[in-house]
Amino acid sequence: MEALAGAAGWLAANPLTFLGAVGDHLMLSLVGLGLGILVALPLGVAVAHRPRLAEAAIAGAGALRTIPSLAVLAALLPLLGVGFTPSVLALALLALPPVLVNTVTGLRGADRAALDAARGLGMGAVRRALQVELPLASPLVFAGLRIAAVQVVSAAALATFIGGGGLGDLVTQGLALLDTGRMLVGAVAIALLALATEAGFGLLERHLARRMGGA
Amino acid sequence: MIELRGLTKRWPGADRAAVDEVTLSVPEGTSCALIGPSGSGKTTTLRMVNRLVEPSGGSLRIAGEDALKQDPVRLRRGIGYVIQEVGLFPHRSVAENVATVPRLLGWADARIKARVEEVLTLTGLDPARFAARRPHQLSGGERQRVGVARALAGDPPVLLMDEPFGAVDPVVRGRLQEEVLRLLKTLRKTVLVVTHDLEEAVRLGDAVAVLRDGRMAQHAPAAEMLARPADGFVAEFLGSDRALKRLALLPAVAARREGRAEGEALPPGASLRDALAALLARGTKAVPLADGGVATLDAVAEAGAPMSAAAAGPAGSP
Ligand SMILES: Nc1ncnc2c1ncn2[C@@H]1O[C@H](COP(=O)(O)OP(=O)(O)OP(=O)(O)O)[C@@H](O)[C@H]1O
Ligand SMILES: [Mg+2]
Repeated sequence: MEALAGAAGWLAANPLTFLGAVGDHLMLSLVGLGLGILVALPLGVAVAHRPRLAEAAIAGAGALRTIPSLAVLAALLPLLGVGFTPSVLALALLALPPVLVNTVTGLRGADRAALDAARGLGMGAVRRALQVELPLASPLVFAGLRIAAVQVVSAAALATFIGGGGLGDLVTQGLALLDTGRMLVGAVAIALLALATEAGFGLLERHLARRMGGA
Repeated sequence: MIELRGLTKRWPGADRAAVDEVTLSVPEGTSCALIGPSGSGKTTTLRMVNRLVEPSGGSLRIAGEDALKQDPVRLRRGIGYVIQEVGLFPHRSVAENVATVPRLLGWADARIKARVEEVLTLTGLDPARFAARRPHQLSGGERQRVGVARALAGDPPVLLMDEPFGAVDPVVRGRLQEEVLRLLKTLRKTVLVVTHDLEEAVRLGDAVAVLRDGRMAQHAPAAEMLARPADGFVAEFLGSDRALKRLALLPAVAARREGRAEGEALPPGASLRDALAALLARGTKAVPLADGGVATLDAVAEAGAPMSAAAAGPAGSP
């Protein structure tokens, strides 16, 4: 109770600091996620139908996934220093594996006959990818995006360790200053943001599934 | 006109060619059924025609042009393609599926809409009922019809079909075959159709080509092949009842004799098989024909014999 009161008190006294942290957190997450998708999606499309490369990509993604987020951040520190850029890059690296793996699996599992028909009817490679392959793979691709988004939103809390800002700052500051209220606000906000991301993508996914007609 | 000359496909790592110097021509407006045991190279041959499979050798001409020199993607837009698994796009409506090639060809929206309704109607699907549906809301037979409609939408002169009615039950299958056959004849399409069903081959193909281990075993009009298989392999493939199958291809009037008989006359266009069936069913020695005269058991046997005059000029041969 006391802790909650402290949190409410801190929030009432520092609304702008809180909103600023939320804004930074969202910015870090969005740019990191966007960057990750921008690399993983085309990469997935490119390797999906080349068995050797696809396996290599999935293996690489698996390896990347086993490295703890904090270790990725720490590894980037000597390379890129501190601040927004290395944080965003670390988050992009984190977003990469789920998007890549799900894109490759989705494309490889797409209805062979439909793809064959698309080719046989005279669709070029780009049109096939955009109009047939990706839509057919979209349920899995979308699930990949959801996983990546939730991971990135959670991991963005760690950016504070290399000076990237975000809600993690509230937690570290609260710890350093023994200010439980501030720490709690940060922690709860991070958790809620992750939950909201999961729920939002879940809704989108269901909408998409309905549009695909359950096929 | 589709002309294959010495067309060959050697898959990497295979010890023999999957398709070995196949020469075959399908004249304008006729159909040819490719038939043979599993693995004999039927699908590979068909897919070389629209270059889904690149030939390792030989030449290919479609409507007089060297198809191997054309851009494969453009080439395919002018060739209708129907596959066994149908391969409709599950995320698109029936109308959108059918509109695929017209869109690729850059037709105006109004023209596409009219064409979609036209081909759906041609293939026996009421546009008002089916155009907006998704493939998963169709029966197997309806899906096959959409597959045919989609192949016809761009009005290609040439049509390739790979076991087009494989996924439906025998009754629907027979009806679809009849309808599609009639449709393709009226549209004067040049058709190459793969099947492993002899009945289907005989019904759909003006000519039949039998493949064996990638080589052409025999290529002839259906009735002629049934009468005179080139070798033991073809004879065995056609089955011991081939003479009976052949009767379905010959007109009942080939067994016409003067005379009168009791009972209902056979319909015009009846085959020798129909005449024989009627003779056996009625237990009579003669059945009346539509345009006068009768068909007798002796006459049917004579007309249906491989060496008879009728065999030299069978009904419906190219
Ligand atoms: N993509 C491929 N790569 C390697 N070999 C192939 C490929 N496609 C077919 N083959 C081989 O080529 C041969 C002919 O195959 P094809 O599919 O043309 O036979 P088919 O006559 O259509 O048989 P079915 O009646 O079973 O469909 C087979 O030995 C097959 O294993
Ligand atoms: Mg085949």
